[in-house]
Amino acid sequence: MGKVKSLEELMKIKEQVLKELQLRGETGKRGKITVAMGTCGIAAGAKETLKAIVEALSEYNVSDVSVVQSGCMGLCEVEPTVEVRLEGQEPIVYGRVTPENARRIVKMHILEGRVVEDMVIRRGEA
Amino acid sequence: MSLTTSTILICAGGACISAGEKSVKDAFEEELKKYGLDEAVRIIETGCMGACTLGPIAVIYPDGVFYQKLTPEAAKEIVEEHILKGRIVEKYLYRAPEGKPVPKVHEEVPFFKKQVKIVTRNLGIIDPTKIEEYIARDGYFALAKALQMKPEDVIKEIKDSGLRGRGGAGFPTGLKWEFAAKQKAEKKFVVCNADEGDPGAFMDRSVLEGDPHAVIEGMAIAAYAVGAQKGFVYVRAEYPLAIERLSIALEQAREYGFLGENIMGTNFSFDIEIRIGAGAFVCGEETALMASIEGERGQPRVKPPYPVEKGLWGYPTVINNVETLANVPWIIRNGAKEFRKYGTESSPGTKVFALAGKVKNTGLVEVPMGITLRELIYEIGGGIVGDKKLKAIQTGGPSGGCIPAEYIDTPVDFESLQKLGAIMGSGGMIVMDEDDCMVDVARFFLEFTVEESCGKCTPCREGTKKMLEILEKITSGEGTEEDIEELEKLANVIKDTSLCGLGQTAPNPVLSTLRYFRDEYLAHVREKKCPAKKCKALISYVIDPEKCVGCTACARVCPVQCISGQVRQPHTISQAECVRCGSCIEVCRFGAISKVTPALPVEEAVE
Repeated sequence: MGKVKSLEELMKIKEQVLKELQLRGETGKRGKITVAMGTCGIAAGAKETLKAIVEALSEYNVSDVSVVQSGCMGLCEVEPTVEVRLEGQEPIVYGRVTPENARRIVKMHILEGRVVEDMVIRRGEA
Repeated sequence: MSLTTSTILICAGGACISAGEKSVKDAFEEELKKYGLDEAVRIIETGCMGACTLGPIAVIYPDGVFYQKLTPEAAKEIVEEHILKGRIVEKYLYRAPEGKPVPKVHEEVPFFKKQVKIVTRNLGIIDPTKIEEYIARDGYFALAKALQMKPEDVIKEIKDSGLRGRGGAGFPTGLKWEFAAKQKAEKKFVVCNADEGDPGAFMDRSVLEGDPHAVIEGMAIAAYAVGAQKGFVYVRAEYPLAIERLSIALEQAREYGFLGENIMGTNFSFDIEIRIGAGAFVCGEETALMASIEGERGQPRVKPPYPVEKGLWGYPTVINNVETLANVPWIIRNGAKEFRKYGTESSPGTKVFALAGKVKNTGLVEVPMGITLRELIYEIGGGIVGDKKLKAIQTGGPSGGCIPAEYIDTPVDFESLQKLGAIMGSGGMIVMDEDDCMVDVARFFLEFTVEESCGKCTPCREGTKKMLEILEKITSGEGTEEDIEELEKLANVIKDTSLCGLGQTAPNPVLSTLRYFRDEYLAHVREKKCPAKKCKALISYVIDPEKCVGCTACARVCPVQCISGQVRQPHTISQAECVRCGSCIEVCRFGAISKVTPALPVEEAVE
């Protein structure tokens, strides 16, 4: 890292790190994406899914949605499963979420607010 | 962007480290590795979160759940339950007085809710060893802003803010800078006084450990305002962790170009060195501190000339306390007007206090000035341990005084405390209850000043010693009323004739206890009684034969075997042999043992 010469450079550093700090979940979040990371989920590739989600959020500059992991949701046959909870909407659980599908979910559901119908496993509270 | 989902913030303040934070952190790491989550979950050691009684503590984000009194086993459970399954582990949550667990303390518990964080705003939020996180929380933006202002405008902003020295004396910071700026000299210095030495005070240590960049940025702004090229941080040798984190921070600040040549592309150059304190209380006095930095023996000299005129090696030197400097970036960023929204007209802003003594929530708190002692002790501090009666509040350490309980509604600001014969001081606040003997408290602080007097001037060297002798005479039951008069006379002379602040304020604990608790002194000399039943020479331990069942527990713990009696028969204590250690009271389950004052006559030795 070189020396900071201007306010603009300082601002850039701030913005880069702020995203990370905000992911620590300061209040004011719009929603939460939960990736099931039980043994079954991890075996089905949930780690790659998780990575894809985090990268996609970062790519689209989404900082008001947090990503968390949970244990097994009990839907082992359709793993990896991902739950999306946005404020004021019912939670949606998606199944068979490959990294590619994960990017679709971020783009459509998080950015555009449209449910990715073909992947929905469950709607509403379990 | 690294892949993180949850973050575990573990408090790595001094108190939590002492409580076993390292083993908890290791357990977290081991457990996360076991589940292959060591990449997905970050562990960050932060500065002091302030709730030292509850340590070791951790906050798990993104949900912001606060766990307390952690052990390695607890860490294991939290990973299995909370991190993996998203279920809160109730048994490690903070419990409200009415017994219900509170997961999000910052929103619900008065200890956190009533605080206003300016100086401690990053403590427990950022990793103090990562400059990027400080920048993300607006770090170094104040320096950038100041460098685009004229030095005199920076000084004006600080003057308008009304910021006063947080080391305890309360001198207007802006005025000090202005004096230094007006001096014509080829070199000038800025010094950060981190020689925090008051018993029971740890505010400066926590700031340096938890947010070292705030102090560095404050120093750089001060240097720009007064025209200094070089700074020193004078830290106590007893603060190794603060020194370590400050060293890392200085290294990073140089790397990013916030220190060194041509800072942020301007022609302003400034660098900072750490100087490790010589381990004497007097070195916190500014003239002694400068002697120590220069490599001399740390002894004070007569003022004037003040350091802003003739300081280090004879050059103009601004000396500010850690907390004062940590306020500076916030003021430059947000403006003097915003700062004045907190606190009172004559004491704007906040003050960090280290709550200690007989208060339920000991720890570090930052509150707006003008808050009443009642709010501080009962709402934030949670009241007195065991709900006993509050007797007095000691502020300002060995230079301060005791405020009796009847003044509990006094606002905490420089002037109000001074009126009561106490001082704001650096922020140590020791709460005392009915079991504390005020003569003994005065004796404790005098013991400290006698130990720490540098010996350069006679009133302090000889006078404090003499005062201590009289106090010891009184607490051992040998005192007379003349002694009390003598003590008062001595105190006033020492106050008026000592060379530096240490000696001038050393009599304060004596004068303030004499002012409010003279009856306790008189009880010690007239009736040989210690009302708090604390002074060993004036009390006896006795066993009530009505209540004693003869369980022998007391006889078994007595270190001098002075308790005798048959099993299932009432026991007795031999007053001649008893050393008044109090072990027997602690083990008696029947409330049969009590303390009485004055002491019982020693029974004739039975041949």
